[in-house]
Amino acid sequence: MPMKVGNRPFFEGVDKAIHDTFMVNAVSSAQDGLRDRKLNATIGDKALGDWEEWRSAGEEIRAHTLNHLDYYLKQLSDNFAARGGHVFFAETAEEAQAYIKKVCKEKNAKHVVKAKSMVTEEISLNEALEEEGCEVLETDLAEFILQVDHDHPSHIVVPSVHKNRTQIRDAFKKLGYKGSDDPKELAGFARKTLREKFLKADVGITGCNFAVADTGSICLVTNEGNANMVTTFPETQITVMGMERLVPTWNELDVVVSLLCRSSVGQKLTTYVTDITPDSNQEAVDSPKDYHLVIVDAGRSNALGTEFQPALHCIRCAACINVCPVYRHIGGHAYGSIYPGPIGAVLSPILGGYDEYGKLPYASSLCAACTEACPVKIPLHKLLIRHRQKYVEGGGHPPALEKAAMKGFSIGASSPMLFKAGVKVAPIVLKPLVHDGSIQKGPGPMKPWTHGRDLPAPSSENFRTWFKHHHKAEIHAQGKGTGESL
Amino acid sequence: MNGTIENRDAFLKKIASKLHRSPGEPSDQPVWAHTPQRSVYQDYTDEQLMEMMKKACEPIHTKVYETTADELADQLDQVIAEYGSGQIVATNDPRFQTFGLNTVLDKYEVFTWDYEKGQINIDKATSANIGLSICDIMLAESATAGLFNDKDKARSVSLLPETSIVIVPKSSIVPRLTQAMQLIEDTVKKGKPLSSYINFISGPSNSADIEMRLVVGVHGPVKVAYLVVTDL
Repeated sequence: MPMKVGNRPFFEGVDKAIHDTFMVNAVSSAQDGLRDRKLNATIGDKALGDWEEWRSAGEEIRAHTLNHLDYYLKQLSDNFAARGGHVFFAETAEEAQAYIKKVCKEKNAKHVVKAKSMVTEEISLNEALEEEGCEVLETDLAEFILQVDHDHPSHIVVPSVHKNRTQIRDAFKKLGYKGSDDPKELAGFARKTLREKFLKADVGITGCNFAVADTGSICLVTNEGNANMVTTFPETQITVMGMERLVPTWNELDVVVSLLCRSSVGQKLTTYVTDITPDSNQEAVDSPKDYHLVIVDAGRSNALGTEFQPALHCIRCAACINVCPVYRHIGGHAYGSIYPGPIGAVLSPILGGYDEYGKLPYASSLCAACTEACPVKIPLHKLLIRHRQKYVEGGGHPPALEKAAMKGFSIGASSPMLFKAGVKVAPIVLKPLVHDGSIQKGPGPMKPWTHGRDLPAPSSENFRTWFKHHHKAEIHAQGKGTGESL
Repeated sequence: MNGTIENRDAFLKKIASKLHRSPGEPSDQPVWAHTPQRSVYQDYTDEQLMEMMKKACEPIHTKVYETTADELADQLDQVIAEYGSGQIVATNDPRFQTFGLNTVLDKYEVFTWDYEKGQINIDKATSANIGLSICDIMLAESATAGLFNDKDKARSVSLLPETSIVIVPKSSIVPRLTQAMQLIEDTVKKGKPLSSYINFISGPSNSADIEMRLVVGVHGPVKVAYLVVTDL
């Protein structure tokens, strides 16, 4: 699945989403639960000391690493290769796909198991491998559910948050499931179905929460145990990482893992924090024999050296998504990107351009809750504003009509004569639409506004005229009063 | 033998030029202005760490037993029985012998991991009810068992069986991840080999992917128990 989800224009997606009551309720309740858990594990955990200090530590580590990215990537790749692993730098999604396909072909791989990885979604890896005749199986429970049901992720930490247990049971029926919609029974079915797949898989593919440059290690932060299965039984392990997802040493890994676990799911540490370094010792029975690391740019470098560079500091905890009032009402799919919410609205235009994702920065109330929630202090709402500015300045290609309308407004507003004429004409032009002093069903650009609330009808007397009369009357009244008092 | 590195030069050149650097130009050793992780729990005594660890076991559905070195064998025997014995696998860790546990392992006909036997190890672990491991470092804050896995101390033992029992020498308890990471950094700096699979495990596998309801026991163990040896 590529980064783009569906073909619906953004506002159509929003329209559809806000009427999906189950989804909106599920998303609100997930947001509340995750936000409360995060607060308990962060500012609520007094033993940790000052949470702001932790955020500052995260920010400084990520900023330093990104400012020296070439150095740390060189170190990482040298150390990974020194332990016998193979490193491939992919500038595009296609290059990454081609390399992974080549490795699978060389291994004559038929069965591939995957742990949850957003970057592999981003580069459409499953489809690419399936074209080559591989069976590719998602093993994270949520991703497994989505794969069985041919659906897309709507949250970066809980990808199936929009689905209810009945829908999940019905999806599992396709695989012969005959049980109830009890989550425990459903998860038990996944355990049984996937265990034999883990044991016979030829290739295991994972993402990478963080790589550690000074030892060439990969850290995976998980709960279900599937990532451990994926990195234990297949002979070949392929790790795909976004090029920014690394830290200098294990000391910094400590901080970012702590921030991630607490901010994403409110755990002190997730059940598994697994650190893998290629092993040239081939004697172990339960360990891959061949390690590959694919480091992906795929548009990330567009942000380097620009004001958007802090977007690459993201550690994918989804804390911003879990507090966003817009995400709360439209869920993840409406964004049309596998990266939804505030970080998605900042990141998607960087990775995929304004033509495709230029509308996403408008999916924000600019309340700055996202910025406040971010454990590495990315100024998300400021970056959203900058995206909007760049979009209308021509960084994107806003619709011709909108452009013409803005141009027209600009001419009208900068000429006093035209402005006056416009103000005079407006009540006359809009008169047919006015009922009881307001417009309830506006056409064209007014439509989204009047969909939610009434637009007051323009008054036949404009402010300047009103003020002139009012001012005169005041002076008159004051003059009168003054005379009387004296 | 070193692995291959492909496409690196052009890739790093592009990045470096955007950052106005020459590719691969070394970074000065960063001096961090913010290090909150270094000061947390610093004044905790061993007893306080132990208490913190026990408390942290509750939310992660992990049972804790305390014992002494003298009574460890008996206690392990009892805990194994409590979890239904059945087939058992253990890592190939010399500490089982040092801790005087051979008789218990013999009594339950425990299969000890032996990489030379190949696939049979995995078959045994797959069908085992219990896996026995010994903790390398215990993080008190989150009740996390740190296991430095290798060909002998096999990762499958704490992954495949339904129950994972981990013996925890009290001396292995440290405040949090910070100390474990420092230990790893120190190991690397001394030029000692780094374990290829370092596993920090906090309780049984779980998921909240279905309607945010917690399900304990997904792909890894369904039950986890710690046996803390207070004088080791």
